[in-house]
Parts: sequence; structure tokens; C-alpha cells
Amino acid sequence: MSSIDLSVHLCNIRLSNPTILASGILGTTRALLKRVAESGAGAVTTKSISNEPREGHKNPTVITFDGGMLNAVGYSNPGVDAAAREFSNLQVINVPVIASVIGTQKEDFARVVDGLSDTNFSAIEIPLSCPHTPGFGLLAGQGTPEATFAITSEIRKITKLPIFVKLSPNIPEICTVAKAAEDAGADAITAVNSMGPGMIINIEAQKPILHFKVGGVTGDALRPIAIRCVYDLYKAVNIPIIGVGGVSTGRHSIEMMMAGASAVGIGTGVYYRGIDVFKKVCEEMVQWMEENNFDNINSIIGIAHD
Amino acid sequence: MIEQPRIVKICDILEESANVRTLFFKRILDFMPGQFVMVWIPLLDEKPFTISYMQKDIAGISVLKRGIFTQALHAKKIGDSIGIRGPYGKGFHTQTKLNACVVGGGIGMASLATLVDALSDITIIQGARTSSEIIYKTRFPEMKLCTDDGSFGFKGTTVDFLRELLNTRTFHKVYTCGPEKMMYQVVELCKNRGIDCEASLDRYMKCGFGVCGQCDCSGQRVCIEGPVFTATELSRMEDFGRIHILKTGERITI
Repeated sequence: MSSIDLSVHLCNIRLSNPTILASGILGTTRALLKRVAESGAGAVTTKSISNEPREGHKNPTVITFDGGMLNAVGYSNPGVDAAAREFSNLQVINVPVIASVIGTQKEDFARVVDGLSDTNFSAIEIPLSCPHTPGFGLLAGQGTPEATFAITSEIRKITKLPIFVKLSPNIPEICTVAKAAEDAGADAITAVNSMGPGMIINIEAQKPILHFKVGGVTGDALRPIAIRCVYDLYKAVNIPIIGVGGVSTGRHSIEMMMAGASAVGIGTGVYYRGIDVFKKVCEEMVQWMEENNFDNINSIIGIAHD
Repeated sequence: MIEQPRIVKICDILEESANVRTLFFKRILDFMPGQFVMVWIPLLDEKPFTISYMQKDIAGISVLKRGIFTQALHAKKIGDSIGIRGPYGKGFHTQTKLNACVVGGGIGMASLATLVDALSDITIIQGARTSSEIIYKTRFPEMKLCTDDGSFGFKGTTVDFLRELLNTRTFHKVYTCGPEKMMYQVVELCKNRGIDCEASLDRYMKCGFGVCGQCDCSGQRVCIEGPVFTATELSRMEDFGRIHILKTGERITI
């Protein structure tokens, strides 16, 4: 057994390791979140919850390509009332659970956060950056500094839980958006959401494959962009960063933390390596740290900076 | 593996019953009985289907007409195209020499059909609401048939028929696919009689390869850990026979 301790602190939440299940992958039910926790994740995030139930886009909603995954699920979720029932009794999950909350208006976000107030979530994440769902994220103009500030401030008024604001890699001024979130009282930045949207056409059918035609790009193709965003954000804000985008190995995770991430989201990695990708990533991180004489995971955060 | 549909041309169509037809297409699939493929109609939708015929390079899917998507599949003609990706999931565990029984309810019979082809000592029970809904009657002439209304064969459910049958003989294994309440009763009956059993579950699916979480059944992803589960696995899955998950993710009692 190694003496290396992977535990990190994120806004006063202790994580036994820095890997977090990213929102949108497997987070539909309490049972699946529990299973992901048992597969080694340090924390888990629900699929995004809106005020009203949503069926999302029609299939195909998720496909892959040689550089990663393309998805336009369209925020299917049972709405906050059913979600509050589904995610009651979170004590059965032995890691912190983060609620991903979406809305079309800032009041909408607030209603969802309020509707979850009797649950035991450890933090609220607000993705203001989805590239493929009308009414939400980028398609609703939520990715501007002004909208980010307004939505984050609204949620700050009604919850004491840490707020993570999830940003798009598409926006050149990502640091300005992050500072607006920080100024509004956000406790951490999640960087990044899927990029794009992108499109894949089946040339025999002569049609785009996704039913919504376009979808967010994740996986390997996203990683260098996510690393650059985290690197830039580390210099721009004083709140911690959760690095997300193309992480599926221990080396990727170390790289993300060297860029400045305090914790690392994993989503498409479940496709690459299975549901126990979290355990595999942690084992590989420990091995790398042993081989390279690091004994404290916190000492690598931001080490890539001059 | 890259998870994208590949276009195939429909090369034959077979009427199986009043509301089921089989679409055949040329495609070599590395397919185990019980697995499924995602079938795509461009611009419309994509849904899971089992392969119900597998002969060398020709595969078939048997489609029950029940919604917009299956109506569109029924409207396809020979020469038309559909998209196929997969196969996905875990199939049935087979021991070809041991005697076994398959219990199919409605269109669930389709997922047992290639299993029947693979087994030598097999008793086939099919249940349908009425005689016009029975499928594969000429394909499996030895099939024991049950109808709810008694219009053909045994009047009653497949569970009633199996229960009576087990009074006079036994099987090494029972495989079942059909309405979940039926499968639940088959699994319980087999447990009580000490017979090994496997069931193939149906859930609304999106990705088909284990990332979206839509097809959860008590923490098991039906697309990847299933759709076939053993009785031991099912006994740990509280939602089996009780809960389905809607497109929105909301749980409903079945």
C-alpha cells in the first residue's frame, strides 16, 4: 500500500481523491451515483436539474469519433420535484454529491436551488455554457460576464452551499467571465464544458447523425483546450478550479492539476475506460507520483506556471 | 470502437404477424443471442432492437408496430436504408448440450429467437394476447403457444403454462424475455423450483454504450451490464419488476 495521500480540499469539502464525476455522465439516479462513488470517484455530480421536467433531444444523442465524443442530450431530467425525491437520502453515497442546476432565467435557477434545499448536496454547480440546448447556456446568452454575474448573484442570495460556475471553452474572454463569477460570490470555477458545437455527418445517409444535428465535443479532442483554459484561469482568479475536459488517465489528471486545477472532472473517460476509470486514474496518479518523488498531491497544483 | 451508425440496405421483409414484420439486411455482426443494436432512421430517431435472425452475413430485426418510429420502420421497402450500430450489451449464457426452456412474451420472443437457433435441446413457450399476434409459428413449429384469450393453444399466461410443465419435468435453464411483470414471475417461479434463469430487460436507451445513465436499473446499466441478467443479479436489483424510468429520468411504477 502506498503512503501517497490523494485527498484534496475544495471549498472546505474534503475529497478522498481529486477525481469528480462530471455532470451529464451517469448522474441520472442515486443508485448510479452510488455506484460511481464505489468505483473510486472522490465526488460525483448529478445530471443537470431544471425546474420543469424535460425529455431532451431525440436520439441519436451521443456518438463517438476518433477524437472523443459528440453529444446533444438536451438536458433530459425529471424536473426539480422528482429530482429532489430521487436524490433524497444521499447519505448512502459515501462521497460529496454536487447538484448541477440549470435554468432559462436567473429566477429559474433560484427555484431549482430552493427546491433542492431539503437534500444533502455538498455544492451547487451551474453550467452557463451548454452549446446545444435552446433556452440554456450559450444558446441563452448565459456565458457573458454580465449574465454570469447576474445568475451567480441570484443563487448566492439563497444558498450557503459552495457554488461552482461551469464555463465554456469557446469564449476567448473566459477569464473575464470567471472573474464575474468570482465577483458574484462563486466559490469555484469548473472549466470546461463541452466545446463547439460540432457536427458529424454520415456520408452514406448524407445527414448529420445527431438528431439535434450539432453537439458538444468532449474527450481527447477537448483536452489541450481545457488545459489551456485552466492554465489561464489559474492566473486570473483566486478561487479553486475544477479541471474538466478529456481526462481519462492519471497522466491527464496530473497535467490538469499542474495547469492549476484543484480537482479533476471525468466524463467521457467513462466511455474510454469504463465506470472504474476513477480508480484507474487514481492508481496511475499514485504510481506517477512515486516514480517522480512527489508525496503530496497539493504540491503539483499550478506547478506548470512560471 | 467508434460508436456511429453504419448504413445498411433492407434486402428482404417478412410478415411475422398482424403487427410484426422482420426487416433483413446484409451485415456481418459479431452478435451473441440477447445482445441488441441501435437502429437509426436519419432525422427521425434511434432505438434499440434485438437481432432476431442471424445467418452468415444476413441479419434481421423483428419490429412490433407501436409508435412513430416503428411505424416508420414498417413503412420501409426492400432497397431502403437504415442505420445500425452495435451490437451492444451482454447476451445469454449458453450451454448448448443441456436442456433449456425459453419463455417469450409478445415481441420479447424476438430476443430469444437466435438463442433457440443456437440450442439443441430446447422447449419454446410463447405467449401472446391473441392468435393473430403469435410470431415465428412456421419458424418454430414445435413451439408451445399460450394466448390470453384462448384463441390459440393454452388459454392463460406463459407463467401458468410453465408452472404446469414444471410439475412433470424440469430444465437446466430457463431464459425469458417479455413484459417485465411476466419475467418477474418466471424468475420467481424458477427460483422456487431451483432452476437457473436469465431474463432480458427493456429500458429506454440513449447512448447504448454505458455513459448516459438513461437505462439505469438499480445501479446497473441495462445497455452494458445487461440487457440479459442472471436471476442472482436480478435478486439484487430492487427495480426489476417494479420501476421503469421515463425519457425525463422520472421513475414510474410499472
